[in-house]
Amino acid sequence: MGQAGLVGTLRDMTTSKAISASGPMRVNRGLAEMLKGGVIMDVVNPEQAKIAEDAGATAVMALERVPADIRRDGGVARMSDPEMIEGIKAVVTIPVMAKARIGHFVEAQILQALGVDFIDESEVLTPADETHHIDKFAFTSPFVCGATNLGEALRRISEGAALIRSKGEAGTGNVVEAVRHLRSIIGDIRRITQADSAELFDWAKKLGAPLPLVQEIAETGKLQVPIFCAGGIATPADAALAMQLGAEAVFVGSGIFKSDDPSPRAKAIVEATAHFRDAHVLARVSRNLGAPMTGIGMDKINERYAERGW
Amino acid sequence: MSRRVGVLALQGAFEAHQHVLRGLGAESTQVRTPSDLELVDALVMPGGESTTMSHLLQTCGLFDAIDSRLQQGMPVFGTCAGMILLAKGVLDGRSDQRSFSAIDIDVRRNAYGRQIDSFETDIAVDGLAEDFHAVFIRAPQISRIGSEVEVLARHKESAVLARQGSVMVASFHPELTNDARIHSMFIGLLQEV
Repeated sequence: MGQAGLVGTLRDMTTSKAISASGPMRVNRGLAEMLKGGVIMDVVNPEQAKIAEDAGATAVMALERVPADIRRDGGVARMSDPEMIEGIKAVVTIPVMAKARIGHFVEAQILQALGVDFIDESEVLTPADETHHIDKFAFTSPFVCGATNLGEALRRISEGAALIRSKGEAGTGNVVEAVRHLRSIIGDIRRITQADSAELFDWAKKLGAPLPLVQEIAETGKLQVPIFCAGGIATPADAALAMQLGAEAVFVGSGIFKSDDPSPRAKAIVEATAHFRDAHVLARVSRNLGAPMTGIGMDKINERYAERGW
Repeated sequence: MSRRVGVLALQGAFEAHQHVLRGLGAESTQVRTPSDLELVDALVMPGGESTTMSHLLQTCGLFDAIDSRLQQGMPVFGTCAGMILLAKGVLDGRSDQRSFSAIDIDVRRNAYGRQIDSFETDIAVDGLAEDFHAVFIRAPQISRIGSEVEVLARHKESAVLARQGSVMVASFHPELTNDARIHSMFIGLLQEV
């Protein structure tokens, strides 16, 4: 097949992100599409889950400890107790996500059996495999995976992720890493759209990513699946910053329930994410929210979760 | 006459709808505020989370603005969460969830189950020669149909595409397939009124 023919096929395959997929992948990328423009909130009990839903969250992430507490406690962080996940599923009508350790496909099997709506193969938990991620095509449930750069994002998509989130640095309340990762991923996507066809081979090599996925980006200017932002969002302005940088939705972990007054902050972040370009709305919703989580500088943390993942 | 179709862009799959509408040659804009709404002749309400959208519609003043345009007969097409927002009755919703009562149907949220139960299937649609490939994602189900409502497609026993006057609703996602025929029906409806 000549280059023109190849590009033609890729165009047909990827006119819309959700269209190139079929089977479980189409409904799974479809659910990711439905979460766009929204806020997914970490919750550790049914009371927090209700607060999140009341505030307008599009989904909740059920886990036993928010990342800030995992960071403080140390030790091995694992999948949450199914009982606690069920307890959260019982009280909300929005999708419920839960985390499995990187490479821990049995935790993922358990989460699928529990009927969790999205499985997060997450660097916030202690990795179970230092070489392999989960083969996500082996599952019916959709997966979201973190990425710090475009190569990592494309490797996760090639393993079957239906959604990518930039990793940032979870549990810090510091948005600097989220910005770094988003800029890296979205900047490289922009640069690839400027590359000629010969340069794409080198891009694939440098990124450690499958060539067809790189060629597809050159053609469409975007990833096959939505890209959300996570790791360090603590204020409405942080959420809008991520959106203006090109994220299509945000995850807020410790930022809500480690702040002084979670409910108004959660509502404000939901509104800021929907109206992310409207500075008047952002000014209005940023007022009188009480203290955000304290947060920590990157030079003060002993372990970077974003470095977990391969 | 060229008409401008707005897509409610507070949350959800609004870009996918815009993609299909543009493919049909329609002018499409995002609606996030009452002033955005003034610029459009018709509105698409996308899939997403209906609880989130219901919340945001009220905080930005769009709920009342859309409500009054609907009473003046603005054509509207709601898919999935959008259908929930347009329904007269919402079952298994949140107590504070508001809907526009623009079409005489009751809808049960998440009636088909969780994501693991999401599915795709071919359905026969009134007025279309070939079946339509329908994608159902944590889909709502129409549980009651008023006598004025025309059912355009069914899946098993349930209506999944329906119309009453200038209001059209689908419990599935025509914006997620490469097939623009249902959006095309909506554009046709827009030219009728």
